[in-house]
Amino acid sequence: MSDDRTFVIIGASQAGGWVAQTLRNEGFEGKVILIGEEPYLPYERPPLSKAALLGEVTVDSTYFWQQEALDEANIEVRLNTRVTAIDRDAKEIEIEGGDRIAYDKLAITTGARVRKLPIEGADLPGVFYLRTMEDTLAIRAAVKDGATAMIVGGGWIGLECAATLTKLGCKSIVVEAADRLCGRAVTPEISDWMYKFHTEHGVDVRLSTGIEKFEGNGQLERVVLPGGDTIDCSIAVVGIGVIPNVELAQDAGLEIDNGIVVDECARTSDPDIVAAGDVTNHPNDLLGRRIRLESYENAQNQGITAGKAMLDKAEPYSEIPWFWSDQFDANLQMIGLPQDWDETATRGDEASNEFVTFYLKDGIIDGAISVNNPRDLRVGKRLMQGKKQVTAAELVDPETKMQALLKR
Amino acid sequence: MSDANIEFHAVATTAEVTEDEPKAVSIGRMDIGIYKLDGEFYAIDDICTHAYACMTDGYIDDGQIECPLHGACFDIKTGKALTAPATIDLRPYEVKVEGDQIMVGVPKAED
Repeated sequence: MSDDRTFVIIGASQAGGWVAQTLRNEGFEGKVILIGEEPYLPYERPPLSKAALLGEVTVDSTYFWQQEALDEANIEVRLNTRVTAIDRDAKEIEIEGGDRIAYDKLAITTGARVRKLPIEGADLPGVFYLRTMEDTLAIRAAVKDGATAMIVGGGWIGLECAATLTKLGCKSIVVEAADRLCGRAVTPEISDWMYKFHTEHGVDVRLSTGIEKFEGNGQLERVVLPGGDTIDCSIAVVGIGVIPNVELAQDAGLEIDNGIVVDECARTSDPDIVAAGDVTNHPNDLLGRRIRLESYENAQNQGITAGKAMLDKAEPYSEIPWFWSDQFDANLQMIGLPQDWDETATRGDEASNEFVTFYLKDGIIDGAISVNNPRDLRVGKRLMQGKKQVTAAELVDPETKMQALLKR
Repeated sequence: MSDANIEFHAVATTAEVTEDEPKAVSIGRMDIGIYKLDGEFYAIDDICTHAYACMTDGYIDDGQIECPLHGACFDIKTGKALTAPATIDLRPYEVKVEGDQIMVGVPKAED
């Protein structure tokens, strides 16, 4: 081997996997060590609340790369391995048990962990969170046909979970503390559509409702609401957001601000350390501000960016944020992080669950959300990227060919 | 592959496929996407090699089809996987036009 350098990646995640793969794709011939705390190869998280929870896919099929592909790329994967410290002076990391691994370049792709519900009974068996493969397998094992499932939190994870558990034969009840669903991510109109959509599919959605405590004798049996009312249930899934895993970076003295602070090329405040994925706070040129994203696309593309930066092939990364969610037979997709828009335009028919709503600011698309209409959304993304002038009237008009708007 | 092992099937008329609107067709158990690019017709597997999605529901730009689900891009003419998350190519099929019929050639054994 002509290159005797060692590049270490902390976090065998989607972002970490793409860092490793990118190093090889870009011709790096040194050693690549990918370290993961979980017992699994880097896997896709989207199926965890859907196909994997339904039991339609195997664990192996969620891997981004099978073991043979990683072997072929000569990526050394160390699973079940927890990193306890980064020693930037010695350029070494320490793993649980005390072993140290020297690095020439380091990538931090430690992702995020679930926010815990700090209430009584939250540690009872039967109360779950959903973030990892382990979580999904545990929920699946606990689900019984006809059971009542309490979903705490009406965000993306909660709603996907409610849909999947309903499909599995559970009676799903969603409690959301705010007065609408997905309040942080969508407009009140879309929240209303979601409420209607889930209610029509048999989900019992209760807004402006918190939970006082979980109760049960050695196993979850009921939740107690603030007024003292109780609801019997045998499982609960809590989805109230995640917290970036910044501690390793923080203890090593890297700059932290709602995530590890990186530049547009995924470089941290240490020239030998990059970071990517849910854990980073990064600048986004297209939005003109710093953001931290919890998304598939960001984990992938910022991971690729970080890999290139480790090889001094830095390329600025800036994309319009894009997310999706699948709930029952609805595929929702969103672009942008619209903050202030002056009008909206809905193309298609909300009642038939096939539409896209655009948010416009000064005649330019600032974001959009689609239901069962990914193609118009993708064109919308191009229109947004190109800052093309459009009117609400032409977006709403079914006679308008979206592609034609791009070409003028 | 020799021509003797290829069987052509009429799958669509030329009017049914435009540069902006591809068409999904089935031959036996195979799902195939028919595209028109620079006046020529092309056929590639319609199911994304990364996850289950119909590529013909995707977005066409610059000779590429982008998966509607995760955004992987493939070359319409060759089926080659161009961007993450896809790493495996879509299989391309031979196409010929007879009159106004688009004919797609698939291996006999797989039919």
